Amino acid sequence: MLKRIGAEPDETGAAVAIKDAAFPAPFPSGLEYGAPARGMWNIVHTGMLLPEAHQIFVCAAGCLRGVVLTAAEMKAEERFSTVEIREENVLDGDMEELIIDGVTDILNKLPCMPPAVLIFTSCIHHFMSCDLPQVYRVLRERFPQTAFTDCYMNPIMRKSGLTPDQLMRKQLYSLLKPRPKDPKAVNLIGNDLPTDASSELVRMIQKNGFRLRDITWCRTYGEYQEMAEASVNLSTYPSAVAGCEELERRLGQKQLYLPQSFDYDEIEDNLCRLAGCLSIDAPQTAPGRARAERALQGAREVIGDMAVSVDYTATPRPLGLARLLCQHGFRVASVYLDAINEEERGAFGWLRTHVPELMLRATIHPKMRVLPRAGREPVLAIGQKAAYFTGTRHFVNIVEGGGMYGYDGIARLAGLMTGAYLEERDARSLIQAKGLGCACCI
Amino acid sequence: MKQTARIISTYAADSSGVCSALYELGGMCVIHDASGCNSTYHTHDEPRWYDQDSLVFISALSEMEAIMGDDEKLVRDITETALELHPRFVALCGTPIPMMIGTDLPAIASEVEHRTGIPAFGLPTNGMHSYLSGAGMAFAAVAGRFADRSLRREPGRSVNLLGLTPLDFSVNGSDGSMRSILEGNGFTVISSWAMGSTLDELSQAGRASVNLVVSYSGLTAARTLQKLFGTPYVVGVPFGVKFSGRLIAALERAADTGCCGAAYLRRPREARPALTLIGESVSAGSLAAAIGEEFGRSARVLCPLETEPGLLAEGDMEAKDEDDLIALLKPSDHILADPLYRPICPGGSEFYPLPSEAFSGRIFRRNIPDLIGSPLNGKGSINL
Repeated sequence: MLKRIGAEPDETGAAVAIKDAAFPAPFPSGLEYGAPARGMWNIVHTGMLLPEAHQIFVCAAGCLRGVVLTAAEMKAEERFSTVEIREENVLDGDMEELIIDGVTDILNKLPCMPPAVLIFTSCIHHFMSCDLPQVYRVLRERFPQTAFTDCYMNPIMRKSGLTPDQLMRKQLYSLLKPRPKDPKAVNLIGNDLPTDASSELVRMIQKNGFRLRDITWCRTYGEYQEMAEASVNLSTYPSAVAGCEELERRLGQKQLYLPQSFDYDEIEDNLCRLAGCLSIDAPQTAPGRARAERALQGAREVIGDMAVSVDYTATPRPLGLARLLCQHGFRVASVYLDAINEEERGAFGWLRTHVPELMLRATIHPKMRVLPRAGREPVLAIGQKAAYFTGTRHFVNIVEGGGMYGYDGIARLAGLMTGAYLEERDARSLIQAKGLGCACCI
Repeated sequence: MKQTARIISTYAADSSGVCSALYELGGMCVIHDASGCNSTYHTHDEPRWYDQDSLVFISALSEMEAIMGDDEKLVRDITETALELHPRFVALCGTPIPMMIGTDLPAIASEVEHRTGIPAFGLPTNGMHSYLSGAGMAFAAVAGRFADRSLRREPGRSVNLLGLTPLDFSVNGSDGSMRSILEGNGFTVISSWAMGSTLDELSQAGRASVNLVVSYSGLTAARTLQKLFGTPYVVGVPFGVKFSGRLIAALERAADTGCCGAAYLRRPREARPALTLIGESVSAGSLAAAIGEEFGRSARVLCPLETEPGLLAEGDMEAKDEDDLIALLKPSDHILADPLYRPICPGGSEFYPLPSEAFSGRIFRRNIPDLIGSPLNGKGSINL
């Protein structure tokens, strides 16, 4: 057991009142800690959304370990293989050969040839300037019936251009082959979780006779390919935008970013822009808005003055959610995040002015390992990291927005908050399962 | 083909071995890595992460820092954190990119020590070897750095346990059982490297009359302690009832004579062994010996990890890749291994699951039995 030698550290550097916080980086960078809240999806989870595809990772053993066991915990070992890079490969410079021979060997051993293969290369390939185009050329010649795409597990590039998460959400659609466009077909692109059928977004599209497709609903590779027929691609998650833009360039599918938002004006604007894009009537949003208001009011009456804590894994707009809750009388005490998205600039400014003592708390700062996790007061947490760091058993267990969208999403979230207040949950077991919403045997 | 795995898992890596070995000693481990090693370690390789605080961090290396060779940022970040959190020591280990760009981890550790006054050491892991290699480096570093050299071997029966991590023994009470069986046979346990002991207790290791090496990761430390204090060592895990008795006798003999060696190499042999075990050489070899003692069945070991010829019995084999294992498993009718090996076992063979954290992580944790010093055919045991 760790024995603390010095005094217990104060939280300086790992927490700051929003009135004193810098935008967009409120905390200094340095060594990083990882909390055992594991519900966020990783590239293996996302890659498994491509039906019938096989994943092959080419990395050092240390890098393979986490992804192999992600697949094993999903009970998806049959769709997952590895090629291990050893020291001699780095020294001999035979990396292209290793990938080509390794992938060939694996594909020849599979019981049946998959229609698609996702090959994940790593930081090593980037630093060695591995000739990946040549690798893929050879593989495509060798296996003409199989579609290959280049995916990346190169976290060292997370501050250089697209992040690995953005890249994954882009490459997932790179195998779509051009098809004639259907003016009545629309895709939702880049979400790990299906968007609620009850949301204004989905209802609006379907009610107007459009066929809506989402990779989370695809069960076969053929269904996935049908996504190429859509005339319009929608994204709602920030990391999905790059993928939508690429599809617009490559397949000519018009793209529209309609972010998951907790701001009523932005929700209205999103739905109006969607109506304009699809040339349909603007929706009647008043009933949905009223329902959201009633749900928030109801939740507030139940939850009362209990402190609320939000984290960035629950939603890409944690500050936007905090603002909404504060506007409706909730006592938001803290928001857990490590950086602030540019999309949150407005919410950041509002909270600075109206809730200046709101605490922003880091999740990866080393002090978070040793600072007390059970707070002085009861907390209702929204998100797994907030639940972990506050030590509460009252929490809303969602990641990446949980499929909620618009006024409908706000109403549903208010309901989940009420449920979390009324019923304790076993955070220890719930938050340690990887990829919330995926199959997980833990 | 070598280096490919169509379906089987991969073992925990050297950097995880370092962190696992040092986890309970009050130090601070820094993995020089971009991202990923941290979550892999604390999700799959470290069952103590949720309930027991330990300072394990990554450096969060970025592309530009790697290209520019910005070691100063690393030194500064470690120094700052160490001065805030006051660890007993700092251990810095590497991953593939630091290896590729030639990062001098010992030099960086030395600079950290100079700036903080806290003992620091760099361990040249690169993510391309197994946890045994990393844990071995870590234990050896602790022996070299913290063992109190003024001590002498004391008369009487006393022992250090070397090479004990959850990656090989999980958190199912095996560590406590090892202590109990040794104490029950008249040995005082001076220290356990490194579950259930403090750094101060490890520093007393020189007092022991003998060392018990329970995994390959403890062997280098055993040799270091032998060099420093003349302490003999015995290699083996006290599995089962009869074999543990044999191991205790070997420890007593070693303490008296100074002779070192593996205690599990003598076991029933047949041209076609009744059972094949896949696993770490010391654990699997000991279990094979225990099975021989308790069931009279011959067994051979296939070792997919680092080991030494002296730790394998006649007929045991190293097999590093999936293809090697498939070929070597062909004649096997009965196989005892981690459940994630099952897909490559020959059809029709009988499979006995014995999960290992080092291979399948947390997936089967609740099914990992404590086999130390107890009958192998009891409830919750391996039940051949």
